Amino acid sequence: MTTDNWQKLTPSEKFEAHFKELISPQGVQFARPEVERAYQERVRMIKDVVQVKKPSRVPVCPTIGFYPFAYAGVTAQEAMYDTDKLGMALKKFHADFLPDSLSSAPIYGSGQIFEILDYKLYRWPGHGVPPTTPYQCVEAEYMHADEYDLFINDPSGYFARFYLPRVFGALGAWQMTAPLTDILELPFFGPYIVPIGIPPVQEAYQKLLEAGRAAMEWIQAAGAIDGWSLTTLGLPVLLGGFTKAPFDTLGDTLRGTRAIMLDKFRQPKKLLAAMDKLVPLAIDMGVRTAGLGHHPIVFIPLHKGADGFMSNEDFKTFYWPTLKAVVLGLINEGLVPYLFVEGGYNQRLDIITDPDIPTGTTIWIFDQTDMKEVKKRFAGWSCFGGNVPVSTLKAGTPEDVKTYVKRLIDDVAQDGGFILSTGAVLDDAQPENLHALIDFGKEYGVYR
Amino acid sequence: MSKPLIDAITDMREEDAVQLAQELLDQGTAPLDILEQCREAMAVVGQRFEAGDCFVPELILAGEILRQVSDIVKPKLTATATGKKVGRVVIGTVEGDIHDIGKDIVTFMLDVNGFEVRDLGVDVPASKFVEAVKQFQPQVVGLSGFLTLAYDPMKNTVQALKDAGLRGKVKIMIGGGQMDDQIRQYTGADAYGKDAMAAVALAKSWVK
Repeated sequence: MTTDNWQKLTPSEKFEAHFKELISPQGVQFARPEVERAYQERVRMIKDVVQVKKPSRVPVCPTIGFYPFAYAGVTAQEAMYDTDKLGMALKKFHADFLPDSLSSAPIYGSGQIFEILDYKLYRWPGHGVPPTTPYQCVEAEYMHADEYDLFINDPSGYFARFYLPRVFGALGAWQMTAPLTDILELPFFGPYIVPIGIPPVQEAYQKLLEAGRAAMEWIQAAGAIDGWSLTTLGLPVLLGGFTKAPFDTLGDTLRGTRAIMLDKFRQPKKLLAAMDKLVPLAIDMGVRTAGLGHHPIVFIPLHKGADGFMSNEDFKTFYWPTLKAVVLGLINEGLVPYLFVEGGYNQRLDIITDPDIPTGTTIWIFDQTDMKEVKKRFAGWSCFGGNVPVSTLKAGTPEDVKTYVKRLIDDVAQDGGFILSTGAVLDDAQPENLHALIDFGKEYGVYR
Repeated sequence: MSKPLIDAITDMREEDAVQLAQELLDQGTAPLDILEQCREAMAVVGQRFEAGDCFVPELILAGEILRQVSDIVKPKLTATATGKKVGRVVIGTVEGDIHDIGKDIVTFMLDVNGFEVRDLGVDVPASKFVEAVKQFQPQVVGLSGFLTLAYDPMKNTVQALKDAGLRGKVKIMIGGGQMDDQIRQYTGADAYGKDAMAAVALAKSWVK
């Protein structure tokens, strides 16, 4: 969403413009008028809770992983390789459960594309883990301890010539290429272009082109699946864009958990400098992906700042400042950071409720954090939710689920600003328990 | 008894600790005494972790210091220096799950607390746990797993131990991001631990 005067708008005017676009999406033909009304009502509920108001009822938006496939009798492997089966399962799941937001088809990725590129960062069903098991990340020091300066001087160049050749087998030859910033004048063009002609580099680009062609087919099919759930069931996408906390960008897939924890002791200044470098990149990524999705909510999963992962002092030094800068950068563009707070954040609540973050601009989904303590600090300031244990959805009864949901809503949802959701990503559950969460949540969550 | 090495480790002064260990060794301190000091230091770090005064980064750094000191000291060990072990534990991340950070920290803390630990790695099939329990005869089995995908493999592993007639011979603990008492019950394990020190406490209580 941009208009001619976009840069002159205030953050809240941008916010309003984003939601105006979301509630009346261009070029979308709903199956029936009542579906369109249901869609708009759902978007309105989300907008209300973001603004810490009372919506018509509590929106129920569980964080769904690979559960739809188990439910529909499709393996995780089939979901990643066969868009017909992917679509069948997601459509059935959405139609049968009717949550207030849809689980977007593209997040499950395409096994073909990862195979073409020989993606080593992940194992996925049938490719390193069993066919029924979701994809999982393989942590390693893909960025070496002595490479911080290379990264800080030129992150994109570092990715192209060091990181990507390590995590994609097919792109290994990119380590022979030169930085794009070498391309300055006619007589000096040789050192850049000659390596492009080396057979393994040629092959790497061929693989990338092949992956790109596969991606076109895949995204058309995956996009159509979401389109069906939108136009037939009136389910909005919840998360439009995606970005990460700088500490997690480095700690998850560049340095790895162990290494970044040691960096904190051994080379704290370089770690801090690298994270500073990541802030504008992370903001830009959130802004661009939200723009592509025409949707202002930007997903930010929080991994390595949880209770136990570091002291509060370290959190205030290493984790929070750059995350806060990303959050504020997104808010400034009228976007809504959706912080998916994995693990416990009981020790962090006084830090994250930062007075610099304006009221009604963020969503925080918690897992194992005391929700009454959250409510005390978040009331009137920010939307929050989550916390329904995936263990209960798997091993409990529908009564257990209802009891939990009732208590949660009674305890913390009475003033609005609340989203009913799971604490963690749901890959496995009993269907009757998930029905209990969604159906009872909708029924009991009506504001009167 | 010199305290500086213990202090260096508990203060997370990596370079000092490694240098002090080297100096002690050069001055003729017995390698076993140096390792004993490391063990004492680790006990302090463990207590602080349990009390919420130190965290995962400190455990990882302390482990890294311990590894470096061991590398210096172990070539000088004359006797087979394995002290008396308090018990045996078989540990692994269950089938289909490749997460290892939590399991590695638990393994490390069990090790420094005097347990002999056989770490089966990640994505461990139930049959491999059964085999390891037969061979190694542990008192304790630790099952690790991260998300909901680990629930059924944990349950299957407990069942496989039962089917092999081994269930009565071991205590089983589970741990990981989405584990709780409900899942403990579901899997048929004896206990769940919320962090590495909880795992140590459970294991200790079972080998008494």
